[in-house]
Amino acid sequence: MAEYLDVRDVRAHDHAAESSAVLEVDNLQVRFPTDDGIVHAVRGVSYSLRPGEVLGIVGESGSGKSVTSLAVMGLLPRTARINGSVKFRGRELIGLNDREMSGVRGRGIAMVFQDPMTSLNPVYKIGAQLAEALQTHDRGMSAKDAARRSVDLLDLVGIPNAKARVDQYPHEFSGGMRQRVVIAIAMANQPDVIIADEPTTALDVTVQAQVLETLRTAQAETHASMVLITHDLGVVAGMADRVLVMYAGKPVETGDVDDIYYRPRMPYTVGLLGSLPRVDRGERQRLTPIHGSPPSLLNLPPGCPFTPRCPMSRDKCEKDEPELGQVDGINHFSACHFSSELVAREEVAPEAIFGADTTDDTQLGVDSEGASQ
Amino acid sequence: MTAPSTQTQRRGVGEVILRVTDLVKYFPIMSSGVIRRHIGDIKAVDGVSFELHRNETLGLVGESGCGKSTTGRAILHLQPATSGSVEFDGRELTTLNQRQMRPLRRDIQIVFQDPYASLNPRIPVNSIIAEAMHIHNLWEPKRSPARIRELLRLVGLNPEHGNRYPHEFSGGQRQRIGIARALALEPKVMVLDEPVSALDVSIQAGVINLLEDLKDRLGLSYLFIAHDLSVVRHISDRVAVMYLGKIVEIAETDELFDRPAHPYTQSLLSAIPLPDPARERVRERIIITGDVPSPANPPSGCRFRTRCPKFANELNDAQRDQCINVEPLLTDRGIGHPAACHYADVLEIL
Repeated sequence: MAEYLDVRDVRAHDHAAESSAVLEVDNLQVRFPTDDGIVHAVRGVSYSLRPGEVLGIVGESGSGKSVTSLAVMGLLPRTARINGSVKFRGRELIGLNDREMSGVRGRGIAMVFQDPMTSLNPVYKIGAQLAEALQTHDRGMSAKDAARRSVDLLDLVGIPNAKARVDQYPHEFSGGMRQRVVIAIAMANQPDVIIADEPTTALDVTVQAQVLETLRTAQAETHASMVLITHDLGVVAGMADRVLVMYAGKPVETGDVDDIYYRPRMPYTVGLLGSLPRVDRGERQRLTPIHGSPPSLLNLPPGCPFTPRCPMSRDKCEKDEPELGQVDGINHFSACHFSSELVAREEVAPEAIFGADTTDDTQLGVDSEGASQ
Repeated sequence: MTAPSTQTQRRGVGEVILRVTDLVKYFPIMSSGVIRRHIGDIKAVDGVSFELHRNETLGLVGESGCGKSTTGRAILHLQPATSGSVEFDGRELTTLNQRQMRPLRRDIQIVFQDPYASLNPRIPVNSIIAEAMHIHNLWEPKRSPARIRELLRLVGLNPEHGNRYPHEFSGGQRQRIGIARALALEPKVMVLDEPVSALDVSIQAGVINLLEDLKDRLGLSYLFIAHDLSVVRHISDRVAVMYLGKIVEIAETDELFDRPAHPYTQSLLSAIPLPDPARERVRERIIITGDVPSPANPPSGCRFRTRCPKFANELNDAQRDQCINVEPLLTDRGIGHPAACHYADVLEIL
C-alpha cells in the first residue's frame, strides 16, 4: 500500500498549484445521436469535489445523473458526443484514450454500480476478481499478496468468514453481499474518488442499511471523496455533505445538505420533497405531486425545462433558461428566475405551491418516461 | 389472532369483507433428471391470517421473498392455495374452480407493479378497458363507451387520449390505466401489488392521492402490498408485517409505527433513511446482520431468530431455547396489538 501513496504524492505534487478539488467537472455536455435526432442527455453540469467530501446527486429517471458519472469515468459508448471538461487532480480526462483512462480508473476514481449481479463476473471466483482489480493497477503485486489483501478487503466490508468466501462464486452470495464485494473491489486500490451509482436501489431496506454502513467504512478507510447518485432523498440526507439536484440534464439546485432539505430555493426541489411520504410523520397529510412528467431531451424547447410542471412559472420562464445563481447560503445556488420569492416565504410549504389534486392528463409524449428502472 | 375489533369504528370502515385464515402456499422443489421427485417445498406463505374490512386499507409489508405478493395472488386464486381458507363476503374461494371463480373476479381486482408489462401494447386504451367488460358480459354498446370515458376521467386522464396505445403514456399514466381497467368492473376489493414502486417519487405521489380518493369515493377496500414503509404508512389504516411467509406483527397504522413490538418491525423501521439530514445525523440504527434465510428451509422456532438483534444481544440461554424450539404465535402479549415474538416489547424507533 505504501507504493500507492508514493505514486499519489507525486501526482498530487505535480498539480498542487492547480486547486484543492480532487474532481472538477465543468460545463459537461453529453449528446447521443439517435434515429429521431440528438438527445441532449447532459446539458452543462459543473461541480467540484473536495477531498473527503460526499456529494449527493439526486434526480428522477432520465435527469442525466448516471450519464454524468459515466462520462466522468469514460464509460460512455463511442457514439456519445462529450463536451466540457472533467479534471481529476488537475488532469483533463475528456479526450483521454481507453488505455490512459485505465490508469485513472480504479486507482484514481472507482465506481460502484447499481446492480451487483451484472457488475461481477459470474464465472470467476470472488477472490480472483478482487485479485484482478489489485494486480491490474499494481503490476508488481504478487499473487500471494493479492490473495491476502483480498481476504482483508472482504473482512473490511463485513463479509463473515472471508477466508472461505474468496473461493466462492458470485451466485453463492446474496444481493447485499455482492454489493459489498463490489465496494471492496472499488476500495481495493485506495482511490481518491468513489462514484456510487444507485448502490442500494436494488436492495431491501435492511440490507440497504448494511450496504450504506459499508460505504461509510470504505470512505473512512480510503479517505476518498464520494459521489453518491440516487433518487432516494432519504439516503442522501444521511450520507451527503453537499447535494446537487438534477432536472432535464442540468443541475437546478446545489448546496449544503441542510440548505437543500430545509431551505429549498427551486420549485422542483420543493415539489420533490413534498411528494415524499414520510414514515416518521403520523398525521395524514396529503402528498403534493408534481404534475406531468419530465420533458423529452430530444429537441428541448427554450426556457426553463421545468416550466410546464411548475406552478410558479410565468412568461419569462418560457423564454429564458435560468442559470444557477447564488441564493441565501454561501454554497447555495438555484436555477430559478423567481427563487427570491421562495426566499421571502418563511417556510416553504409544498402544498402551498403545488396543488394536491389527482389528475395527470398533461401532454403525452412518446419519450416522456415517468417510471424508473 | 386478528386485530381487536374495537378499532373498526374508524371513519366508514365496515364489516369484514375478506377473511383469510391459515393461508398456505408451497411451491414444490423437484429433483433434476428424468424422474423428477418431490424433494422439498418453498414455503412462500406459511399460515397467514387476517381480515380486511369494508372501506379499509390493509398494508402488507415485508422484504423481497417474504411472501406478500404470493399472498395476494393466492387470494385471487391466480395461484391456488396449498391449504387454508379465503372467504370473500361469506363465500369460500379456495374450493372454487376457475369457472366458478370467474363471476367473483368482478368483485376482487388486482393492479400489478409493472405498468409496462401489465397492459397489452397492441390495443388502444379504450379497448384495454373494454376487454374487461366484454369478458364479464357487461358490455353495452350504447352505454359502455361513455362509461370508459368516465373511468378515464375518474383516474385523472384525459378521455380524449383513449384511442392511444400504452406506449404513448408515461409510467404514472399507465398505472392509472391499470387502475381504470380494474375499476371498470366495479370491484369491492382491490389487491394492489406494489402499485407505485416502479414510479418516480413526484409521479408516485399523484397515484397515491388518486388511490386514496377512489377509496373514499367508491367505498373500496384495498389490500396494499408494498415494500416501502413510508408509502404504506401514508395510505394504510392497518398494517401487517410479513417475514418469511408469516405475519409477525399487525396493528393499526400509527400504533405499529409509533409502538412497534416485534424486533423485525423495529429493525425495518430503523433501517429506513429519513429525508431529514438533522435527524439522520443523530439517529441510531439497529442494523440486523445477514440475509433472509431460504424459505425452503426456514429456521426452527422463531423464523427471525437467526437475524434477531434481541436474540443475539439481550436474551439469556434459557430464553434463547424458547426462540429455537417454540414458534411464537401472533397474539397480543399485553402490549395492545398482536406480535409474533415471545419477548415482544414496545420500542420507539421513529
